[in-house]
Amino acid sequence: MGKLIRFLPLVLVIALGVVLYRGLSLNPQDMPSALVGKTMPAFALQTLNNSDKVVTQSDLLGDIVLVNVWATWCPTCKYEHPYLVDIAKDPQVKLYGLNYKDERGAAQKWLQNYEDPYMFSIFDEEGTLGLDLGVYGAPETFVIDHHGIIRKRFAGAIDTRVWRREFEPLIAQLIEEKKQGK
Amino acid sequence: MRLFSIFILTLVFAFSANIATASPVETYEFNDEVTKIRFQALSKELRCPKCQNQNLADSNSPIAADLRKELYELLQQGKADSEIVDFMVNRYGEFVLYRPRVSELTYVLWFGPAVLILLGVIVVIVIVRRKPVDKKTLALSSEQQEKLKNLTNGK
Repeated sequence: MGKLIRFLPLVLVIALGVVLYRGLSLNPQDMPSALVGKTMPAFALQTLNNSDKVVTQSDLLGDIVLVNVWATWCPTCKYEHPYLVDIAKDPQVKLYGLNYKDERGAAQKWLQNYEDPYMFSIFDEEGTLGLDLGVYGAPETFVIDHHGIIRKRFAGAIDTRVWRREFEPLIAQLIEEKKQGK
Repeated sequence: MRLFSIFILTLVFAFSANIATASPVETYEFNDEVTKIRFQALSKELRCPKCQNQNLADSNSPIAADLRKELYELLQQGKADSEIVDFMVNRYGEFVLYRPRVSELTYVLWFGPAVLILLGVIVVIVIVRRKPVDKKTLALSSEQQEKLKNLTNGK
């Protein structure tokens, strides 16, 4: 016992080292969203392409939904755009855009130039829905299940790797839940 | 020398210009002094979600400006501080609080240091109060005495 206790400081230092070393690979920017598990906040906003059409949270109900927060002032959105076009081809998810604090003209032009992957884009000029969603930048992507519950928030660009790692398992799980009638 | 003083002056101006642009610029009008103080206090308590080591008052990022505006409007609507904090936490999570609330998640954070100090004090007390080793066992045995004698004699 007396001899073993001599190794205690060494053991403690190694344990501390392991904890700190693990900390190196954690992403401090990665914040859990306060909205996961809650319903989509209520909103009534125009769509980007039609200022006469007002959409609400109930327009997103019933399917497995991705809401992608984007803007023309956001360079990373341009990077992820081709991947979104790909994702939109999957019939099992519906992709909606949330055009966040943007200009209508510029945003419409963007969709004309780069192809429009969204079912429709919600035009959130003032960022009110963005605020209710806890958005703090673009791009961000929310996964909403068929009951309208937010299941995930991902901040940052989506590409093939991110999609496989972050989204595919959850989408598969949601499809399964939906099949089982949960 | 003159060149040098010009250089120093330039530096001073450059820095003062920086300081002038470093703090956010919007101005809000308050009906009373108390609301103004509450605004200032809350914007120091709340953390900018984008630039994580700055509070709302410090940050220049667009989201911080939005949140200051929201904060101002909530104050104008006559919301209580706790309601405003709840509003922010519901959207941005506990993360926006520079002083996290006491909950299961933050017990370690709040009580960890006190527990560590307590542990330290206990360890010190135990060490200090441990019985001193018996003098008898410290004394050399007759065999050792003999050895010692031999050693010193052999010198």
